[in-house]
Amino acid sequence: MGSRASTLLREEEIEEIKKETGFSHSQITRLYSRFSSLDKGENGTLSREDFQRIPELAINPLGDRIINAFFPESEDQVNFRGFMRTLAHFRPIEDNEKNKDHTASEPLNSRTNKLLFAFRLYDLDRDDKISRDELLQVLRMMVGVNISDEQLGSIADRTIQEADQNGDSSISFNEFIKVLEKVDVEQKMSIRFLH
Amino acid sequence: MAQKHRGPKPFSNCDDSVQDEPIWMWATLRLERGAKEKNHLLYKPYSNAIIAREPTSLEQEIKEIRRSGSNRDLNSASEFEMSDIFYFARRGVESIMDDEVTKRFSAEELQSWNLLTRSNYNFHYISLRLTVLWGLGLLIRYGFLLPLRVTLAFTGVGLLVFLTSIVGLLPNGRVKNYLSEKVHLMCYRICVRALTAIITYHDSENKPKNGGICVANHTSPIDVIILASDGCYAMVGQIHGGLMGVIQRSMVKACPHIWFERSEVKDRHLVAKRLSDHAEDKSKLPILIFPEGTCINNTSVMMFKKGSFEIEAKVYPVAIKYDPRFGDAFWNSSKYGMVSYLLRMMSSWAIVCSVWYLPPMFREEGEDAVQFANRVKAAIARQGGLVDLLWDGGLKRGKVKDTFKEEQQKLYSKILVGAQEDRSRS
Repeated sequence: MGSRASTLLREEEIEEIKKETGFSHSQITRLYSRFSSLDKGENGTLSREDFQRIPELAINPLGDRIINAFFPESEDQVNFRGFMRTLAHFRPIEDNEKNKDHTASEPLNSRTNKLLFAFRLYDLDRDDKISRDELLQVLRMMVGVNISDEQLGSIADRTIQEADQNGDSSISFNEFIKVLEKVDVEQKMSIRFLH
Repeated sequence: MAQKHRGPKPFSNCDDSVQDEPIWMWATLRLERGAKEKNHLLYKPYSNAIIAREPTSLEQEIKEIRRSGSNRDLNSASEFEMSDIFYFARRGVESIMDDEVTKRFSAEELQSWNLLTRSNYNFHYISLRLTVLWGLGLLIRYGFLLPLRVTLAFTGVGLLVFLTSIVGLLPNGRVKNYLSEKVHLMCYRICVRALTAIITYHDSENKPKNGGICVANHTSPIDVIILASDGCYAMVGQIHGGLMGVIQRSMVKACPHIWFERSEVKDRHLVAKRLSDHAEDKSKLPILIFPEGTCINNTSVMMFKKGSFEIEAKVYPVAIKYDPRFGDAFWNSSKYGMVSYLLRMMSSWAIVCSVWYLPPMFREEGEDAVQFANRVKAAIARQGGLVDLLWDGGLKRGKVKDTFKEEQQKLYSKILVGAQEDRSRS
């Protein structure tokens, strides 16, 4: 008939996701609704095409890179757990989480993990380094045809020069963190929920 | 609203895409807010929004991000910052969590269950009492209402075909027109009964007159029956085969409708010519057109195709709003065929809707077709309490055009290059 969620979310699953991602019960069910509506094949997983069907994402210059962030190594489908795990990076940092010490494993929405998400958008081959080539490619995605190769090249060179500390002409994650240490990552990489 | 009264823009000769400034994302959100604030309707649109989206522009946001992390003083603009990517990342993930478009192509979610399984997306065994109630409802709907309605439907359609063919035998003249009108109205009213449609017509003094074009928002094929049972229109459409074709061919015998062959539909000039020829003839009935081109789920109005607005004629906008509590009228054509759709309609409780006839509008001096179309769309959205979107309803099936992405890229490049120019100057 009309039931969209062919496999309903069980309470235990919701609890597990809650623990792993920090989302509340109602947020998880709303996002599950959203997941199901994107899942045109109704097989409990999303493919890249399912994401590309969202017009606002399709017109985002970095749409493909963002979609890629949902798919771990060489896989073509993402299930709801994986979906939530990636979305969790954008959960706002609550006050009671700010002063937690790092005995437990770091929450997915910590400042470091938010920066890691952004770092991975640049790091195309996932080798934990942003090379000049990778930076150029991502820049090209962002500006389209509007800037010449030379100009873009010099922008990339300048950026690497400023960030690179150990002289290997590429930006490691720690160098990345250093460059962005003053930026309000917590606010700019967070999405506020209405409920 | 400010963004609607821009001066005439030199629109290129490409097709129906809206060549607005890239800040139209902002505009869409702003319009949505405006529509929500100003509506004065019977049905409160259910807010499906999951996340809070701020209507800020690309430029504004990136500047803010840079400001917070800047080591340099604010006057020297930096060209590229690694933190720029935050803007795109966040916007992208926001659209994954909730976007304005994809939810328009599936039925609206209700706040409370109306005892139809089809509208409860998490239906499972709730309680005994509720299930019994639902079962009783099922019995009434399928055992009693459905057979009754199907009989009425067949009667209505049969009479339409038969009587219009008879009227068609008469010579053209006053008597024929009069009889044709009566026949059409009667048969449509029988069909309305067949669906148990409870319709409230508002502002009937604005009803479309001869020589005009009636435009309305499109939710389902039932829209046609609803409007045609209150007035006579010349329909526009493609000739189908089968039963539909039979009905179309007999209707056109009694009064001039505008049917196109499949091959003719592609030829925009031909279509425009036939429509304007019809509109010029004041003895002919007003044309009924649905400019969205496809069925939308009645929570929003999507882009109006400019074709109907290029013709020199009065435009009579009509807003149709269904009350989803008694039965959702939206036709999800990618999920259900016409027959199963009609069966679903006839086994709902009822189709309840409101029709508002808005005062006629003209294309103003210096306004082009797209701007006029948007103005009419805004009026319809406002009256019906619907969200006014600039997105194309064609996105239901097709991909979004690359030009929109290119606009975003252009905007971002301006930020980078603008800084470069400052550098070279200083």
